[in-house]
Amino acid sequence: MPKSKSAYSVPTKKEKSDTYIFVVWVDNESGVLARVVGLFSGRGYNIESLAVAEVDAVKNISRITIVTTGTPQVIDQIKLQLAKLVPVHKVAEFKREDKNVIFKEMALFKITGKKKKMEKCLNACKKFDLVILDETKTSKVIQITALRREIDKISKKLKPWGLISASRTGAVAMTRGAKIFN
Amino acid sequence: MPKLYTGAEIVFKCLEDQKVEHIFGYPGGAVLPIYDELKNHTSIKHILVRHEQGAGHAAEGYARSSGKPGVVLVTSGPGATNVVTALTDAYMDSVPLVCISGQVPTHLIGTDAFQECDTTGITRPCTKHNWLVKDINDLSEIMHEAFKVATTGRPGPVLVDIPKDIQFAKTKYIKPKKDKKLNGKSNNKFSQKQIDQLIDLLKNAKKPVIYSGGGVINSGPKASDALREFVELTGFPITSTLQGLGAYPGDDNQFLGMLGMHGTYEANNAMHDCDLLINIGARFDDRITGKIDEFSPNSKKVHIDIDPSSINKIIKVDLAIVGDVTKVIGKVNKTILKKKNGHSKSNKSNIAKWWEQIQKWRGKDSLNFVNSNHSIKPQHAVQRLYELTKDKDTYVTTEVGQHQMWAAQHYKFNKPNRWMTSGGLGTMGYGLPAAVGVQIAHPEKLVVDIAGEASVLMTMQEMSTAVQYNLPIKIFILNNQYMGMVRQWQELLHEKNYSESYSEALPDFLKMADAYGCKGIKAENPSELDEKIQEMIDYKGPVIFDCHVDPNENCFPMIPSGKPHNQMILGPNDQEENKIKGKGKALV
Repeated sequence: MPKSKSAYSVPTKKEKSDTYIFVVWVDNESGVLARVVGLFSGRGYNIESLAVAEVDAVKNISRITIVTTGTPQVIDQIKLQLAKLVPVHKVAEFKREDKNVIFKEMALFKITGKKKKMEKCLNACKKFDLVILDETKTSKVIQITALRREIDKISKKLKPWGLISASRTGAVAMTRGAKIFN
Repeated sequence: MPKLYTGAEIVFKCLEDQKVEHIFGYPGGAVLPIYDELKNHTSIKHILVRHEQGAGHAAEGYARSSGKPGVVLVTSGPGATNVVTALTDAYMDSVPLVCISGQVPTHLIGTDAFQECDTTGITRPCTKHNWLVKDINDLSEIMHEAFKVATTGRPGPVLVDIPKDIQFAKTKYIKPKKDKKLNGKSNNKFSQKQIDQLIDLLKNAKKPVIYSGGGVINSGPKASDALREFVELTGFPITSTLQGLGAYPGDDNQFLGMLGMHGTYEANNAMHDCDLLINIGARFDDRITGKIDEFSPNSKKVHIDIDPSSINKIIKVDLAIVGDVTKVIGKVNKTILKKKNGHSKSNKSNIAKWWEQIQKWRGKDSLNFVNSNHSIKPQHAVQRLYELTKDKDTYVTTEVGQHQMWAAQHYKFNKPNRWMTSGGLGTMGYGLPAAVGVQIAHPEKLVVDIAGEASVLMTMQEMSTAVQYNLPIKIFILNNQYMGMVRQWQELLHEKNYSESYSEALPDFLKMADAYGCKGIKAENPSELDEKIQEMIDYKGPVIFDCHVDPNENCFPMIPSGKPHNQMILGPNDQEENKIKGKGKALV
């Protein structure tokens, strides 16, 4: 090991990172998103996707869904650090593989080109709750809903067939069954 | 119709209801309405500092020494940015501060107005929470909430940013609610089962050690009482972090001294070899743990902390108890007494061998140094200061560097809240303004800032504050003409390349004292030291004491970076004996 020339210790061995989805219920007030996002950047956690909107207009509650990766220790820290923020009401975290949780992401695709290629695109997207939102002779705007990974894959596939613009919402999550997270 | 108050009046009504007696601040355009209101509130005294960072540190000293939140009042823009260092310092060391900042009028926010800055944006990562008051009707509640957040759970700084038009606007005043729900952020939900688990661990331990921290101080004087009782009941050895000093008497036989990078040989070896480690209100800081992989490898670890995010952050523990130290240790003590049946005695015999081992480590006398008749050794200076002030209930603040570690090693604290130092952030320039704040909170007590000449120059302007309010603080400068800790690291790790660590062109501190209108004392010789220190103590006013010490002295013992606790570098006596051979050489 090289001699450390710093006043700090050298990093120790790293554990395996996994993908997790955090759901955070917050007061819908100004700056709250900056607090959550700032916590992630300030402590060196990464954000793969982020979805946020108000879900309860009466209680003024927004629900933030964040996809992140980290070692179990880091994931634990993210959860505890989030829970410390004053406008945060509750925090839930799920592993991506968790069978009890539904993860969905919506994407809008703009496809241009010859009819044949556009048909090919539509066919490929059929299994993802395809909705055609706009059509011209040379273009289509479609909406699909799927898992993040599926959207990753399909957008790669559609590129050579005329996908010129994609817009994605980031994943949102909900548990299966009648129970809600408390 | 209820009476309407201006925002500025509401600020003061809130401060009065929160029983605030002192605020530290500096006026400016965006807080003038609040300053204008000051004259109508005689129960609140304003201390005018000379730089907003000084206000922050003074409030920290005030808070740490009194247990009450420190209140800071600054203007927008530079006023707010200047206080950021102090807020960060308070955040790292869990000191309750409420900072009120002025802001440009709401209609100008975002226009790059004169003295505008995004104060809540800048201070977001260095406060527990902050608020920009955009509606006068929210002001009272936000102010009360600010005090709640700052003082409950793990304490820390908060900031309330009040635009100038809000300070003028009028509304009703709302009193603080009693028994308000604590936002779910105050954690005190431990169970008897956890306490019982801890008792079981205590019973079976053969090589236990207690490691207490600043959380004990923050929990209040009762926590220190509980801790003392706990240590007495168990007979366990106890060590303390830098911030925890004073929670347990520094001159007690069961106290092993401070642990960590510049901790004692016995404390660090006990941490390394123990089979039960009980962390009470500390956070496994990297200056404490050394190399994580080899930190206390064979012990069961217990962590008592009010902040759940401190648990398993750095060191995984076997038993975590989230709660206030006073409550948790109080409960533990009660349970021990209830279950006693000779348990405490049998346990003491369990650990007799462990104490023998600790005595062997103590035999190393790791805080030793080679004293001199020609030059004042800094350690000797601190020891003399301690001997001459120990009967006076002295409050000590420090700057950051070698002098800070020598103070921590050689000044023995017997009571909590007597030791104010910047630990987490390590802010040079903390000690002088902190001493101002401590003296405001304790006007009759002796307050000494053990300083370094480089650190103290960073906030020297606050001597004016001390003179203005006739605060008899004693600035005891261990002047070695170097940024000593920087020089030490350069000596040990950078082949003695003393890059920019020499304090060139130092001011004449005696003339400086003269210029500020306080007393200056200089000591250059060990033979005159006692007499000069006594002169400083006896003088009824602020003193700058220029103590010229050996410039080449290093702070030992020391855990080199990236090493575990049992691989310390000891002082010169030991090095001579062992000639730093083999493994030791690799460390240096």
